[in-house]
Amino acid sequence: MQTRRETIKQSMVVAGLLASAGIPQFAQAAFNKTGFDAKSVQDAVKAYGGGAIAESKDVTITGPDIAENGAVVPLGASTSLSGVKQMLVLVEKNPAALVAMFHVSDAVEANFSTRAKMGQSSDVYAVAIMADGKALFAKKEVKVTLGGCGG
Amino acid sequence: MADPMRIRAQASGDKATVRVLMSHEMESGQRKDAAGKTVPAWFIQEVTATHNGKPVLSAEWGPAVSKNPFLQFAVKGAKAGDKIAVTWKDSKGDTRTDEATVS
Repeated sequence: MQTRRETIKQSMVVAGLLASAGIPQFAQAAFNKTGFDAKSVQDAVKAYGGGAIAESKDVTITGPDIAENGAVVPLGASTSLSGVKQMLVLVEKNPAALVAMFHVSDAVEANFSTRAKMGQSSDVYAVAIMADGKALFAKKEVKVTLGGCGG
Repeated sequence: MADPMRIRAQASGDKATVRVLMSHEMESGQRKDAAGKTVPAWFIQEVTATHNGKPVLSAEWGPAVSKNPFLQFAVKGAKAGDKIAVTWKDSKGDTRTDEATVS
């Protein structure tokens, strides 16, 4: 016996799957504008051909717990998995979530560090897109203190 | 026009850790100037690295990367004396390449 509420929930899940399947796979363009315009973490991952994101302990994100200066937040993304195609670094509450994308080749380790700007306290994500389209992520909350009071 | 990058590549074991400090404004396109006009975005879009001429890394960056960006990565199989070159291209089409020797 299905309640009305469950039926609606299921139909929404199906609609979501259909919507994600409809996104065209982009050929590797020089610069993926869709990815960098995407507002949410999932949309940005989709723009690079990744599926639904799933948390994984094999992916690590490094960053400070508290960043005193939101203009320079050191972030690192790494994974021990093999078969990683791309590593993404994202800040959830930025105007555009995606910060940087790295193509992982055989010659480099899937371990990158850079510095990002953050508009406000937010979760930061490291996403590894695997060769089979799976997207695995790790996230960490970074608090940004404004005004230099040091939190 | 752009200032040179500072690249340091250090071999440790069977890999070399490369640290790059680029000199770039990385204007996000969100800031407003004194007159209230939006400052147009101007940031590094593509970064590539080669190891002895062979491409090893390519990256795409958005405007959310900090001013004067820092990048660290590790090249497998690189040893002392090898050449690591890094190139960036920004949203105005400017590019710059700098090279360093692994120590």
